[in-house]
Amino acid sequence: MINLLNKLTIITGHYGSGKTNIAVNLALDLKKMGKEVILVDLDIVNPYFRSADFTEELEAKGIEVSAPVYANTNLDIPALTAAIGQAIVQREKYVIVDVGGDDAGAAALGRYSEDIMARDYNMFYVINRYRYLTRDAEEAAEILSEIELMGKVKATGILNNSNLSYETSVEDILSCAAYAEEVSQETGLPIAAHVIRKDLLAQCPLERTYGVDIFVKPVWEKKQDSQDS
Amino acid sequence: MKGNEALAEAAIRSGCRHFFGYPITPQTEVAAYMAKRMPKIGGTYMQAESEVAAINMILGSASAGVRAMTSSSSPGISLKGEGISYIAGSDLPCLIINVQRGGPGLGGIQPSQADYWQATKATGHGDFQILVFAPSTVQEMVDTVADAYDMAEKYRMPAMILADGMLGQMMEPVVFEDKEYVPAEKPWATNGHGFKRERNVTNTLYLTPNELEKRVVDRFKRYEIVKENEPRVECLGTEDADIIVVAYGATSRIVKSAVKSAREQGIKAGVIRPITLWPFPDKAIAAAADTAKAFLCVEMSMGQMVDDVRLAVNGKKDVHFFGRTGGVIPTPAEVLEQIKKIAGGVK
Repeated sequence: MINLLNKLTIITGHYGSGKTNIAVNLALDLKKMGKEVILVDLDIVNPYFRSADFTEELEAKGIEVSAPVYANTNLDIPALTAAIGQAIVQREKYVIVDVGGDDAGAAALGRYSEDIMARDYNMFYVINRYRYLTRDAEEAAEILSEIELMGKVKATGILNNSNLSYETSVEDILSCAAYAEEVSQETGLPIAAHVIRKDLLAQCPLERTYGVDIFVKPVWEKKQDSQDS
Repeated sequence: MKGNEALAEAAIRSGCRHFFGYPITPQTEVAAYMAKRMPKIGGTYMQAESEVAAINMILGSASAGVRAMTSSSSPGISLKGEGISYIAGSDLPCLIINVQRGGPGLGGIQPSQADYWQATKATGHGDFQILVFAPSTVQEMVDTVADAYDMAEKYRMPAMILADGMLGQMMEPVVFEDKEYVPAEKPWATNGHGFKRERNVTNTLYLTPNELEKRVVDRFKRYEIVKENEPRVECLGTEDADIIVVAYGATSRIVKSAVKSAREQGIKAGVIRPITLWPFPDKAIAAAADTAKAFLCVEMSMGQMVDDVRLAVNGKKDVHFFGRTGGVIPTPAEVLEQIKKIAGGVK
């Protein structure tokens, strides 16, 4: 999938569908391929578990991060910077846009829709069958149409990110393949990839997979600093 | 599910059909979920004009005998304080969610545990207690909701689930038990006497001091039964532990991670995690004080629960404290460092 990406990739979906984790993985993978990458955190709805959380480690790897002015402060204000617009307009670098959840999050996308529609782009709709409100294909299609209406951008593909967090088994993933197909039929969008944790990838017989590391997790699941000497 | 969504769904499955709230970060998903679900199942969702209005709607519906719920975050709970006092003074059961954020004042929107004192000692004015539950996983939040309702009805007192911004916002897999809610008999409910019984009255005003005193004293007798029977606690590796780390909620998960590392490095550490903050599991801590060499209390506050830990330890051992506040979350590495520091002293 990563080899087929246009320079502009937009990640949308329901709250908690896994957009940020996918966005961070894509940014890192593109960078590994030697591309210049900008990760745009466009989440103006939910101030937690967002791309801006990873600014330090991404910048250390040479990835630019553009986020709303007050991201990760106590000021819960959806102020977008000119740098975000610039990132979407420029054609030199690869841009990953991590949009907020549902149509409320997609409202910020509407601000840039003319610039987006004027160029080649991918807009992925991330689905997780284990999330409430997107448990069947019809519900999932309904949320996508709300996102497209508010964001004024048409989606181009589906990323099936069905998972049960740290409890995810290969069976859990396989049992959602049919669901992803149904969402695909319901929305008329192709499945761009089944997103699968890297350690489960080898056991997964699905075609079109995208292996990811898990970056979005609580502090106690993160590796401890090696400062305890 | 997100912690906040899980709380809302669990309440619905426990028979809650009346939700009154007002949005505030980081608990807004509770209200958003209720707004979407309640109309579909014949329930009532109302966004009140303020937290004060919402808690008084809870007073009314609790008085009518239905399972009602409100939720907020720290500053909003302060506003509800007066109403909570009225509900406690009326001997009514209800469920209040506090997804704590940094304070005081407007504070911040990041996780905190600085409302421990408020929840366990001073939710409002007057002589009263409420039940306070402190789940530490999204699954436990789900399981706690039904228990909190049952216990609130059994003892006719308000129950609070004291969560924090971390638990409310994080996602974990959850399982909902298929348990049908059977409403308990509530002969005290003000739901219409139909000329078949004496009328019931919900009231907190008593005309003579003696009458009021008797009410309060009777209520406190009930609290003694609660304190005797209902404390809940999780103890991990306390039998042989030299250092016992006490923590609740999300912090307990950071602590468990640190204690595991300490054990790997040869330090005998254990965890006591209060699951009910009121009634406080003081017996479990007192018992551990006979065998452990030192205690460390870790909180996302300047040190509030540590007071109750010290009371339970009763001077038998040193009780140390480590906390981060203002929305800063302690890391497992920081906690481990504290454990090592204490271990250096007790060996």
